[in-house]
Amino acid sequence: MSTFTGTITQTARPEGSGRARVFLKRLRSGDEIAHLITLIFALFIFLITCLLVYELYLHSAIPRHRFGWHFLVSRVWDPVFEQFGALPFIYGTLVTSALALLIAVPLGVGGAIFLAEFAPTRISDSLTFVVELLAAVPSVIYGLLGIFIVIPLLRDPVDPFLKKHLGFLPLFQGPIYGVGFLAAGLVLAIMIVPFILSISREVLLAVPTEQREAALAVGATRWESTWQVVVPYARAGILGSIFLALARALGETMAVTMVIGNTPQISASLFAPGYSIAAVIANEFTEATGPAYLESLIALGLVLFILTIILNGLARLLILATTRRGTAH
Amino acid sequence: MRYRAGWRKTVNMLMLGVTGLCALVTVSVLVLILAYLAAKGWHYLSWSFLTQLPKPVGEVGGGMANAIVGSGKLLLVAAVTGVPVGLMAGIYLAEFGGKTFSFLVRYTTDLLNGVPSIVMGIFIYTIVVLPMGHFSALAGGLALGVMLIPIVVRSTEEFLRAVPGTLLEGALALGASRWRGVATVVIPAAFRGIATGVLLSLARVAGETAPLLFTSFSNRYWSPGWSQPIASLPVMIYTYAISPYRSWRQQAWAAGFVLLALVLLVNIGAHIILSRRYSIQRG
Amino acid sequence: MGMGAGTKLSSIGSETNFRVRMTEHLPRTSDIKFRISHLNFYYGAVQALHDISLDIPQNQITALIGPSGCGKSTFLRTLNRMSETIRHTRVEGEILLDDEDIFSMDLVTLRRRVGMVFQKPNPFPKTIFDNVAYGLRVNGGLRGAALADAVEASLRRAALWDEVKDQLGKSALTLSGGQQQRLCIARALAVNPEVLLLDEPCSALDPIATAKIEDLMFTLKENCTVLIVTHSMQQAARVSTHTGFFLLGKLIEFNETDILFKKPLRKETEDYITGRFG
Repeated sequence: MSTFTGTITQTARPEGSGRARVFLKRLRSGDEIAHLITLIFALFIFLITCLLVYELYLHSAIPRHRFGWHFLVSRVWDPVFEQFGALPFIYGTLVTSALALLIAVPLGVGGAIFLAEFAPTRISDSLTFVVELLAAVPSVIYGLLGIFIVIPLLRDPVDPFLKKHLGFLPLFQGPIYGVGFLAAGLVLAIMIVPFILSISREVLLAVPTEQREAALAVGATRWESTWQVVVPYARAGILGSIFLALARALGETMAVTMVIGNTPQISASLFAPGYSIAAVIANEFTEATGPAYLESLIALGLVLFILTIILNGLARLLILATTRRGTAH
Repeated sequence: MRYRAGWRKTVNMLMLGVTGLCALVTVSVLVLILAYLAAKGWHYLSWSFLTQLPKPVGEVGGGMANAIVGSGKLLLVAAVTGVPVGLMAGIYLAEFGGKTFSFLVRYTTDLLNGVPSIVMGIFIYTIVVLPMGHFSALAGGLALGVMLIPIVVRSTEEFLRAVPGTLLEGALALGASRWRGVATVVIPAAFRGIATGVLLSLARVAGETAPLLFTSFSNRYWSPGWSQPIASLPVMIYTYAISPYRSWRQQAWAAGFVLLALVLLVNIGAHIILSRRYSIQRG
Repeated sequence: MGMGAGTKLSSIGSETNFRVRMTEHLPRTSDIKFRISHLNFYYGAVQALHDISLDIPQNQITALIGPSGCGKSTFLRTLNRMSETIRHTRVEGEILLDDEDIFSMDLVTLRRRVGMVFQKPNPFPKTIFDNVAYGLRVNGGLRGAALADAVEASLRRAALWDEVKDQLGKSALTLSGGQQQRLCIARALAVNPEVLLLDEPCSALDPIATAKIEDLMFTLKENCTVLIVTHSMQQAARVSTHTGFFLLGKLIEFNETDILFKKPLRKETEDYITGRFG
């Protein structure tokens, strides 16, 4: 019947040194080469990231050894006597970011709800397009607008108004400069609102229609179906978008440094000038005299880096949780 | 019963209004302030702005020609260094990815994406500026290049995956090897999306200021070659905006206008190209 | 596998009959194109094909029928080793193409000799010309006028030339579904395969396009062995000389089409054909 004739052409069945021959054959066909080349480039990214962490750690040695954990809680920032503490900057970063979230989250989530649930598709799509375009605006431009629009606005109508009517709160006491935590928080809010809005909208749209329909079918109004069914379903994803926006706000440099006042102080008043981690690095890095000064700034960079990694990681887990739930149904 | 229904309807209408207001406030505040920028920037834009070098401090006039060219040079370095890495890594993840390596690459790409831009500046400072002993266009370009890698990786992978698997199967069934099928069928099929992704990434890093502050620094003159400090639009905007000189602040507006116009044009163009792509495939 | 002694005898008998008939009616000496022996196929731990053995006759149209998910497509894809593109698959058994073991054959050569057309038309997003020329370019050699001639020849064989001869530079995606599928056939034919594997090629097409492709198959079989997986028993009855019935990953029966449909030897076959299931 069938005989195993010798008419097979290219390759003999691998035996003995066959494994090397197979590898060479695959190499000739290019698949292995392509796999290897692309893998090398991809691993290069891994290398860069490792190098980044390493360099940050290496070049923050002085403050780490000299101050240890105390670095994180000390309020003193005195380049002359080489006493460096991160607290004013951590405080400023957190306060401005918290303020930004306070303003941006209701606006962003509210707007997202409107665009995802109430607005007709065409309006929703075009407004979203505009918002996403705004997310692409560079930070320095927001800073520019911050200096020339927001600060004058704050200095004259807004801050005095707040001081007059809400001055019983320590938040709104003290002299008004225009620059300060409030200005920075406001500018940051303007910057992160597009992120919260577009991501939350996507997350809301990903909620299966069956959920909405189930609520509407028992007589709920659009709002009730949205607020009581859709939003809770998408809760994790919306939270994720907030975390992402927060991570962005924490690392924001230019817009903040242009409006925050650049003074390393901790103050309860929102009118007071302050400083953030990114802002102090941006301002003082090239002026740093002496290795201790420079490395303290780098140590601040390390702190910021760790903060943003944690936040980004959490955010991704949350967003993943929502999308996975969606597909599970 | 009827009363409650009425109340619920009122709440419904109310919340529709409230959320609509949120959307409206968001969009209009943003659009308004950008329109303000456009108006002011256009007002101060002039031919001399685009073609002249900065004048000495205090003197009126001058321009930012060196900053415009400088940004171009920085983007060139960024593209040459970052885009190939991003493309290859994206191809790896989409077409070849082994399990452990894929996870590793994806995780670190995400990590890199989340690095604050100022920290990226510190990183490049330590590995390029310190050894070189001075600021340079190379350092600035590298900083931007590393920043655009995660963006390119993500969009390349996404567009490659969007190509139906049956296309590669068709190529394999005709006797093409895997890499050949990917190179001659899958990548061309995803080309438009990948190219747009690259352009968008460039637009994104074009506006970055922080990583340039202590890598490429700045320069009031032309910067020949790649190893000298170089001016760039974003850094000039920053420097001029916080300066006490009115002429400089006006130029900051003009520069802001130019930068914004470029960034928005690329983004709008990308949106148009990508939405057109889908309509062709449906036919 | 559940074959009782009785059925085994009768199927062996029919197999002998079938082989005898084959040699009676066909002029060529080697009349078997594909000889498959004891083929088992696994997706990971799940066994998808159980002990398949059959001979595909040369230059005939052979059809494979059976309910969805019974392994027909899986089987087809082992014949040009497309199954290897999926991870964690395992093949046991022997497949001979003209008495050559396909597993020790060069993969590229195998796929040039055994072409495949897929269920949903999958033209490349290139021009019509570039689609047909792709296999020729990849396998090297032809250029310029020779290439253009080969492309024209393939399009003629696929009965598409007259419809597209003036638009070779247009994107293949502008063609209708039926035209796209004929383009895919032309693309597969361009490298002159000895075997053409068709995986439910008409399932995404309207009846007129289907009829065109069925007519096409009759002209193709003169130079080519055609193996078609089909959902439609009517189509199998129309076009094929031999038919195999698959069920749950097993080849239940394989015989001349007339015999299989009029006097099936196995009860399962009869049930399927008369519509009791599937």
